Amino acid sequence: MKQLVTNNLSKLGPLIGLILIMTILGFMSENFFTVNNLLNLLRQISINALIAFGMTFVILTGGIDLSVGSILAFGSALTAGMLASGMDPLLAVFIGLLAGLAMGAFNGLIITKGKVAPFIATLATMTIFRGATLVYTDGRPITGLSDSFAFEMIGRGYVFGIPFPGILMIIIFFILFLLLRKTVFGRQVYAVGGNEEASILSGIKADRVKIWVYSLTGMLSVLAGIILTSRLNSAQPTAGTMYELDAIAAVVLGGTSLAGGRGRIVGTLIGALIIGVLDNGLNLLNVSSFYQQIVKGGVILLAVLLDRRSK
Amino acid sequence: MGNQPFVKMTAIEKAFAGNQVLKKVDFDVQPGEVHALMGENGAGKSTLIKVLTGIHQRDGGTIEVKGEEKTYSNPKEAEKDGIVVIHQELNIIPHLTVSENMFLGKEKTLGRTGILKKKEMYQETLDHLERLGVTSIHPNETAGDLSVGKQQMIEIARAISTNAEMIIMDEPTAALTDREIESLFKVIESLRKQNVSIVYISHRMEEIFQICDRITVLRDGEYIGTEQVKETDFESVVKMMVGRELGERFPARTSTVGDKVFEVKHLARDGWFEDVNFHVNQGEILGVAGLMGAGRTEIMEAIFGAVKKKQGEVLLDGEPLNIKHPRDAIQAGIGFITEDRKGEGLVLHLSIRENVALTNMKAISDNGWISSKREAELIDDLIGRLHVRTTGREQEVKSLSGGNQQKVVIAKWLGIKPRILILDEPTRGVDVGAKKEIYHIMNELTEQGVAIIMVSSELPEVLGVSDRIMVIHEGKVARILPREEATQEKIMQAATGGE
Repeated sequence: MKQLVTNNLSKLGPLIGLILIMTILGFMSENFFTVNNLLNLLRQISINALIAFGMTFVILTGGIDLSVGSILAFGSALTAGMLASGMDPLLAVFIGLLAGLAMGAFNGLIITKGKVAPFIATLATMTIFRGATLVYTDGRPITGLSDSFAFEMIGRGYVFGIPFPGILMIIIFFILFLLLRKTVFGRQVYAVGGNEEASILSGIKADRVKIWVYSLTGMLSVLAGIILTSRLNSAQPTAGTMYELDAIAAVVLGGTSLAGGRGRIVGTLIGALIIGVLDNGLNLLNVSSFYQQIVKGGVILLAVLLDRRSK
Repeated sequence: MGNQPFVKMTAIEKAFAGNQVLKKVDFDVQPGEVHALMGENGAGKSTLIKVLTGIHQRDGGTIEVKGEEKTYSNPKEAEKDGIVVIHQELNIIPHLTVSENMFLGKEKTLGRTGILKKKEMYQETLDHLERLGVTSIHPNETAGDLSVGKQQMIEIARAISTNAEMIIMDEPTAALTDREIESLFKVIESLRKQNVSIVYISHRMEEIFQICDRITVLRDGEYIGTEQVKETDFESVVKMMVGRELGERFPARTSTVGDKVFEVKHLARDGWFEDVNFHVNQGEILGVAGLMGAGRTEIMEAIFGAVKKKQGEVLLDGEPLNIKHPRDAIQAGIGFITEDRKGEGLVLHLSIRENVALTNMKAISDNGWISSKREAELIDDLIGRLHVRTTGREQEVKSLSGGNQQKVVIAKWLGIKPRILILDEPTRGVDVGAKKEIYHIMNELTEQGVAIIMVSSELPEVLGVSDRIMVIHEGKVARILPREEATQEKIMQAATGGE
């Protein structure tokens, strides 16, 4: 009985934390609980949440992906370049996403076939993809993108007053939730992260599972990048720098174990919300961005410490 | 004997969350005695030891050490009084040398400078090993390069270096080769002469009757009794452990052996095994004997596609199979129950359901989508058929006893309706009752026509269960014997390279 309570408590921990933070911010700023601000919040978190969803899969297999920010930058630049040259926006987005998939697959291949530790492999590709972005853009932002409605919609649009990126993020959340919960692939992700040897001996092609997981993360990172590009109406060669940290933080705040095999994507959504709420609330309170970082880091540390306690 | 016991535990009580796991248990150990602590999994053996060494605090009863009442709050305190536990999972840091491991945490230094006195530690390591009669270990060797048996010797040497007067060994022979077991017994013998007490926890009856002086049996947390080994026998001890007559240790084989279904031809892998040829018939159990390290497991892994083979053919119904990954083997109808249950058989923190489902995805999903209903039905059916004792399919396999974990592993493979089932040490670390259940399952499967290959290091088991016995020696098939002709002597002879 006692175990049951603590079990559920540790699952609910992130949610309780989120509610707590929101309540406090609600008291401190009257602008926090306004419809406008909450919709704003949804849009703000969508980029980090999408990357963090992918990161959840990677971390569940026991890996890590440090290259997400660079993949985001390269995918954005590539898409923006094609748009600027007058390509059909949907086709440009599609090719951009494929490029993300390919970059992720490249990570996966190095990790599985090359047997390089994920941290090292993606540390290297983080640098490579960033360099490729700088080469491609010549170090300058790409502007003068298409003024097509469809492309504007991705980052700046609203449907029934709700920001489109938020809607996109939530749809993808549900798809990934089902993928993890209801499909053979999802089950394999948990098994490979939990005990790779046992998974292989159970007939699971662990390498293939991992390659797909990194590919998925690459594609989601580029999607996040396209939202960013659409919102800014330009692609920055330095876009996405340090984004991997916020994504990893969201996953960890959501209770997913860095050792792999344990965790839930709902947790990651809550983790992304916690980070987003902190950024948003501290901005509303006019806290200097220097202090914001200290607070954010402190909250992450506190969350992880509390999690240790309950175990 | 009859002197003051070294340790005397009286009427020990312990409950976890209302669940009484030790009920008035008595246990005493004389100086220089080898005392076996026996019982099925979950009988309370490890809890009793944990209560003694202060990992758990007792609810009732007394503990006396050398006549003085004691309560330890952690194993370090127990160690100061000379009580040391050597766990099944050894406490060796593989990258460090033997002598560095020996002195881990209590390094000899020049005053407080932190500068190590390497020579002195080297010499002392040598002395302690010598005291055990061990001469084959060099203090400067990297511990990780040594065999498990030698690593264990380091731990024992470390224990006596702290002047241990009682060493508790938990399943010490589980991972040892026959030769290593022999040297362990010699060490135990020399410890006994130096008046060190040994508490020996093991499921292996033969060993206990070979080296122990007394046996204490626990069952369901209750103290059943203590017997002199000389005055008791195998059957009575088993009866004490399971609380009933177990009947024959190995159930009679009931299936009729049919035609050849599975054949291995000229299988080879560099440095491991060469030119391995054998076949299995429908409904037959082929026992595979041999010394540890002879290549038995590696041959099975190669058949199953878990490691690469250099050459050779695997045929099912006369048709060659192209197996490159375990998935190919599974699709052909081959199941493989590995020897390392926790490391290779199960994902420990997942539920029974998720573990069993791993090999059965095809049966419970359509186009990649899992049907929860079909999954639940399949799992419930399998855990029912195998009598897995559990609170339900959602229980984490980590919290099951060894025997029940093994049944979950078997359940994984029954789901695929295998035609060939390879079992590698299927009863290792499994108690007597569950062992017999596993033999029954094997019998039932062969009745349905499944061909079984069983690798085992326990000769009585190989002799008791198999229809034919294949002996492997240094990567080659040394001999294949029909059950009627096989004896322990013949198998040992073939396994050690004799004629």
